[in-house]
Amino acid sequence: MNLVLAKTETGRALNDIFDVARDRLPGGGKVADARRQAFEVYERAGLPHRRIEDWKYTDLRALMREVLPPAATPDAATVKRAGSALKPHAIAGARRLVLVDGVFAPQLSDTGDFEQGLSVRTLREVLEAGDAALQAQLLSPASSDPMVALNSAMMTDGLVIEVADGTALKQPLHIVHIATAAHPVAMFTRSLLKLGKSAGATLVESYIGADGVKTYQVHDSLLLTVDDGARLDHVRLVEDGREAFNICAAVVTLGAHAHYNIFGMTSGGNLSRYHAVIAVAGEHSRVETSGVNLLNGRQHADTTLFLDHAVPNGTSREVFRAVVDDRGHSVFQGRIIVRPQAQKTDARMMTRALLLSDDAEADNKPELEIFADDVVCGHGATTGALDESLLFYLRARGLSEKEAQALLIQAFVGEAIEQIASDDLRGLAMSAAERWLAARS
Amino acid sequence: MSLLEVKDLQVSVDEREILHGLSLTVNLGEIHAIMGPNGSGKSTLSHVIAGKPGYEVTGGEILFKGEDLLEMSPDERAVKGVFLAFQYPVEIPGVTTINFLRTALNAQRKARGESEFLVPDFLKKMRSVASSLNIPMDMLKRGVNVGFSGGEKKRNEILQMALFEPSLCILDEMDSGLDIDALRVAADGVNALRSPDRAMVVITHYQRLLNYIVPDVVHVMSKGRVVKSGGKELALELEASGYAQFEDAA
Repeated sequence: MNLVLAKTETGRALNDIFDVARDRLPGGGKVADARRQAFEVYERAGLPHRRIEDWKYTDLRALMREVLPPAATPDAATVKRAGSALKPHAIAGARRLVLVDGVFAPQLSDTGDFEQGLSVRTLREVLEAGDAALQAQLLSPASSDPMVALNSAMMTDGLVIEVADGTALKQPLHIVHIATAAHPVAMFTRSLLKLGKSAGATLVESYIGADGVKTYQVHDSLLLTVDDGARLDHVRLVEDGREAFNICAAVVTLGAHAHYNIFGMTSGGNLSRYHAVIAVAGEHSRVETSGVNLLNGRQHADTTLFLDHAVPNGTSREVFRAVVDDRGHSVFQGRIIVRPQAQKTDARMMTRALLLSDDAEADNKPELEIFADDVVCGHGATTGALDESLLFYLRARGLSEKEAQALLIQAFVGEAIEQIASDDLRGLAMSAAERWLAARS
Repeated sequence: MSLLEVKDLQVSVDEREILHGLSLTVNLGEIHAIMGPNGSGKSTLSHVIAGKPGYEVTGGEILFKGEDLLEMSPDERAVKGVFLAFQYPVEIPGVTTINFLRTALNAQRKARGESEFLVPDFLKKMRSVASSLNIPMDMLKRGVNVGFSGGEKKRNEILQMALFEPSLCILDEMDSGLDIDALRVAADGVNALRSPDRAMVVITHYQRLLNYIVPDVVHVMSKGRVVKSGGKELALELEASGYAQFEDAA
């Protein structure tokens, strides 16, 4: 009875919001039509709940309850406040692209001296005046997931980045999502990165909240295409404020001989969900996906990966670690499908969870669907506590209980962090982990 | 004041008493050997001194430099100068030996209010100690004890003793799993650390180790008590006649 009521209330409130907002949302004609259709899909389904298999462990009706109204366009004072929160997350040498409350902030971004072969536009520009093909691609994510449909309906801004064939970017791209909201609001963003043939790029995404920020919702989606022979290194660091919700969906498509390395770490936020669909659509391509959840208090983080091997000779590796304290809840769902024609696929997945308290919870759901006969596929999962004999050894050498735990936790997550290809990015991930450990003691 | 005073110590594990009133006094500069058959409580004594969880002290006390050792956490004991060389040093994958040594040394120094070692100073100190123990640098870059041979693990324990400079070293069955060459290297390392500012308690089942680390005092343990104490010649006597004569005494 309560659920029905909640759905109706939420649906009505949001319907009003969409009606008010849609005239201000970028894009007319086909874009506006697509928004309306997407919103109808969302309205019919409502927030996902535990009876929907993909959302089994992350019941948004119970945990998030409602979609908040969209944030106002940030004014100069807001942008300034956001700027001061950037510093600890800055990456030396990277091209910084900042979204404040879901809107691109050129004042905080590096908008000059573009390397040859790099094009950066905002989502707003492209939806209002871009070519039809690019618009179609931006509207392509399937609306079968209600949260993707909601994002399609409400997307306000984001970045559309294109890297030309043969261009290997020297400068990493750093997209920073900053929330400044003093009132409970939601941000709706979508970004696209297209890597041309034999191109190369590094993309880092940071999600943070400005000082004193309260409840907010990040609704983000990301489209990545990695064309033949291209390589993308991707790092996501979710360090949102402790009352934040972060719901993100990614669609990644790989051509032939392509290489995609992604590492994601969630140490912030109240609830976060990352749902990635990675399609290996060209032969001899390689996907390395790794991630770490560092959770305490009542934090909830859900990583749901769907690796789709559609062609022969693909390789994929998944290495996932969760460290859960207090009443935290970590979810890892890893689905691998090897389609009938995808012979010689080599796919492996390993997840391990470390529970630091009796109330901590970690759910692992591996799903292998193999329709080809000449493949190597495997998965493994473990859940346990810190080894008492290791803790005693370290304490007998003078480390306090917290120091001993911190060293063992670093080693545990280090196995996932090591999957990151570059030293600098590994250092970045390790610092994020150290910030979490320092806040713990 | 004695460095270590164990007085009438009674210890139980899972409600079964293992030590039934054990007393032992160790002064700075001395080397004590504790010998005894399996199950006599030798390792229990070393674990209780180091503060390993799982042991219940039901009676007696342990004073270290005059302070109540049993009131201290394992790390506080290490900071005060207690060092246990483990019979079975654990493997810690993902933590390099160098990182572990530096973290531990600095944790101890910080707790004592001393300045922490900077990386170059630390490396210099570690290199000189490691080379005296025939420990190659590439071993120190590996995870703590991961893939180490029995001899390498024991040398790693002695390396820590040399770096941390404790005032009380307890060597728990240091000879177990070592061949004669590895034993000689380990014993040389221990002997180099003999000092008037330090005491050692060498726990062993066999007299063999005491040919290399010559003790000042030998204690015989049986059934949770010290049943006889004497000079180094007591070890030789035991070697000739065995532990059986003490089983009844206990």
